[in-house]
Amino acid sequence: MAHAQAHGPTHAAPAKTEGQQHPIGIYFKIWGLLFVLSALSYMVDYLQFEGYLRWSLIMLFMLLKAGLIVAIFMHMMWERLALIYAILVPPSVLLVLVALMALESDYTWLTRITFFGQGS
Amino acid sequence: MAQSASSNTGSPLSAQEGWQSAVTDWSSDQRAFKNVPWGKALMWIFLLSDTFVFSCFLTGYMTVRMSTTVPWPNPSEVFALHVGGTDVPLLLIAIMTFILISSSGTMAMAVNFGYRRNRNVTFILMFVTALFGMSFVGLQAFEWTKLIVDEGVRPWGNPFGAAQFGSTFFMITGFHGLHVSAGVLYLLFIAFKVLRGDCDRSGNYQIVEIAGLYWHFVDLVWVFIFAFFYLW
Repeated sequence: MAHAQAHGPTHAAPAKTEGQQHPIGIYFKIWGLLFVLSALSYMVDYLQFEGYLRWSLIMLFMLLKAGLIVAIFMHMMWERLALIYAILVPPSVLLVLVALMALESDYTWLTRITFFGQGS
Repeated sequence: MAQSASSNTGSPLSAQEGWQSAVTDWSSDQRAFKNVPWGKALMWIFLLSDTFVFSCFLTGYMTVRMSTTVPWPNPSEVFALHVGGTDVPLLLIAIMTFILISSSGTMAMAVNFGYRRNRNVTFILMFVTALFGMSFVGLQAFEWTKLIVDEGVRPWGNPFGAAQFGSTFFMITGFHGLHVSAGVLYLLFIAFKVLRGDCDRSGNYQIVEIAGLYWHFVDLVWVFIFAFFYLW
């Protein structure tokens, strides 16, 4: 990551390069990391982890993979903050939707249990 | 056209100074996205809207899974492959994941070689990316066939448990598969434009990077589907 930073904005200046020009090594490293993280998240299922350990590991590997793809492969870490904020901040409202729907589905589950009993 | 396009790129503006730079950019009474070609800004905004579409599907999936009183089918067993006399859990999905990540890697390399103005290597890498995409769609077709024909999964019911499993599965993976299929066509279209020398004439390889954004997004969505639908 520090390597990428060093070759980031400061290095993109030469006149004949344009747009997002970065050393090719960083893509190989991220590619390898994504492979490792995918293998690890597959192992979570293969080793049959259960409960909170399973869910937190799945979330951890998922967020790491998503972050690497957006930051490096989609070049987000080299964009200006105006674009970064415009793209990354709006999806955070989805957390509100998820919270509301989680409450709603808990209520639905409860009414189903109360009025229809188990197995409907 | 080429002139205005090339003046958009090049060296970044002055160094970024925290969140104030975002405020300055947005209130500068000019273009908010400085140094970003319009095609790239529009692709990002399209991807943002697509994020909301997929998020609605995944949230809907969460809602039906949390609210059903019938046990949810175990994806680990439903998507197991029978290899060498034993059932390997989720094997097909793991292969599909690695194929999509590999395609993302070749796409990132294609963008890189595009900005090096290496026409042939860019074309080959984009073509390989499209081939990975096709094999992904092929495996998905195999997965759907296995589920529908052999195991009798339907949008309204299945032999494993909660009926909502089928409807959410077909909706979410179907919409993602549609994105991959459209992406393959898009990539091939841009790849042949590159091969024809369009980018060398227009003076930049931005269209490769923009196509790359779309392709990486498809991979990104799969990361979330893999975690929430197949692993959870």
